[in-house]
Amino acid sequence: MKRKMDGTEHGFDFAKGRISGAKTVALCGMLTALAMLFSYVETLIPLNFGIPGIKLGLANLVVLTGLYYLKPQQVLAVSLARILLTGFLFGNGMSILYSLAGGLLSFLVMRLLMRTGEFSPAGVSIAGGVAHNAGQLIVAGLVVHTAKLVYYMPVLTVSGALTGFLMGLLSIRVLHALKLGGGMKKRGER
Amino acid sequence: MKKKDLLLLAGLLLAAGLAALILMAGRRGEAGAVTVRVDGQVVGIWSLAEDREEDIDTEYGHNHLSIRQGAAYMTEADCPDGYCMQQKKITGIGETIVCLPHRLVAEGVAAEGQTADEDGIDAVTG
Repeated sequence: MKRKMDGTEHGFDFAKGRISGAKTVALCGMLTALAMLFSYVETLIPLNFGIPGIKLGLANLVVLTGLYYLKPQQVLAVSLARILLTGFLFGNGMSILYSLAGGLLSFLVMRLLMRTGEFSPAGVSIAGGVAHNAGQLIVAGLVVHTAKLVYYMPVLTVSGALTGFLMGLLSIRVLHALKLGGGMKKRGER
Repeated sequence: MKKKDLLLLAGLLLAAGLAALILMAGRRGEAGAVTVRVDGQVVGIWSLAEDREEDIDTEYGHNHLSIRQGAAYMTEADCPDGYCMQQKKITGIGETIVCLPHRLVAEGVAAEGQTADEDGIDAVTG
């Protein structure tokens, strides 16, 4: 009997974008750890413009890349686990709230944009970065009870788009390394 | 990467630039006073005409607002990040200093007793 050597023998079925069973749990756990590590590394990078919210978004690299070879609900689980774990370890109630708003909105926007098939991971990531900042700003506006925070949206849009673009380019490299095409070829519909 | 990615990037940057221009246009004029709100409630309105030092202590924490030479700025805050002390001094109407952990917003207004909310921007949140 001929053995398939397309990776599925290791539980990875990249062609279908499906990974099954215990491998999924292990992979999601590793990705969560990686995302947490990125969150931590990010705090070591002094990007201080006097405006909270301007950051690289390294952890989003995991979510973005994951969207291309995991089921959406698995990526969402990784993202939520990362937010809650880093939040409880290093943050506080409020920081978790901001992270959740940014994380959920960017996940939603990235997933939707990805499904259109019109954008590569770079474009998906750009929208994700902007959505993340918008989500955080909305929560911040609700917290301080003022819509004046819209004044920060232009600069947060620019920073979200640029860092998102950067992370998107990185993600394409990662996807190439994983031999997943990185959006260069048309993605299979799931 | 696809062409649409770059279009999206360019579109967003352009939109941000336009939004910034529109928002800037709406905040013309020298501020006569500064309003400080915590949790949306006004805790103080102080004229910028004379120098003064104000402590703002709430359940969320301590801030110290300084008004010197027609400009208002934060000189003390016991929050962990201290972003509010790095923000630009308030001299114009509509300019803000925000201290998120303490839910505090300082805003330049036309004159004492007046807020810049007449433009309706704050109508949503009250």
